[in-house]
Amino acid sequence: MDRSLELSVPSRTEYIAVVRLVVSSLASARRAIAEERIDDLKLAVSELCTNAIEANLSTGDKHPVVVTCWEAPERFAVCITDSGTGFDPDLLPQHPPVTDPDRLNFERGLGIPLVRSLVDDLRFESTPTGTSVWLILFGGPSSEGEDETSEIIRVVMTEEGPADRQTSA
Amino acid sequence: MELGLEVDDSRPPYTVLSITGEVDVYSAPRLREKLVELVSQGHRQIVADLEKVDFLDSTGLGVLVGGLKRLRSHDGDLTLVCTQARILKVFEITGLTTVFRVSDSVDEATQA
Repeated sequence: MDRSLELSVPSRTEYIAVVRLVVSSLASARRAIAEERIDDLKLAVSELCTNAIEANLSTGDKHPVVVTCWEAPERFAVCITDSGTGFDPDLLPQHPPVTDPDRLNFERGLGIPLVRSLVDDLRFESTPTGTSVWLILFGGPSSEGEDETSEIIRVVMTEEGPADRQTSA
Repeated sequence: MELGLEVDDSRPPYTVLSITGEVDVYSAPRLREKLVELVSQGHRQIVADLEKVDFLDSTGLGVLVGGLKRLRSHDGDLTLVCTQARILKVFEITGLTTVFRVSDSVDEATQA
């Protein structure tokens, strides 16, 4: 995959709107993914950028959040990197089911589960000095209507793994 | 796009809060403040009109959940008006369509 855009974003929440506008516009212009998935990309990028900025702010860090886009035929990837203290995505608190009255006590922590359902692949590389989150969307319709081409690309990407994408940076 | 909040209390007992623009971590605090203000003023049946919302993320979702919780603790309710697929999708993915009453129009939401 070829890197097509890198944004250095000040750790201030007012810049998140700019990031989702730029990234979604790029993906739309390149026609790397289906038009109906641009909203999924926009929301996922916004959620992860929010987490990254909050991670930087929580440590008083002055570093920017770095947003990098990669593109290839029928796929679009975004990596968002912060300088926070890291976290274990497998240890995120689970929300009670929506039928449980206690569900209304959870106003936060909805972002990562939402992103997981919006993108085709999501990977975390977290250390005590920072976190990089990769999201990938494949071309064609969403997973429910996935065509054969998208499935082939998915297999190839799985075999290549995230290391391949990083070396293209 | 700048967040817009407009209150219409001409349909008692309902108070219609029309939300326009983008609701994210930057703008959501204003929405939270408005909901808190309305509840503290005694409004109990609030209808949040999302038809002109261009973008809503999990922070905005959390603020609406908080508003619903606050209203229900005062025997009130928060009804959403939304027909936009991209906004409804956020509620559907998180299962919150079963928590909120979602109407197709303000007229439907404010029918006694």
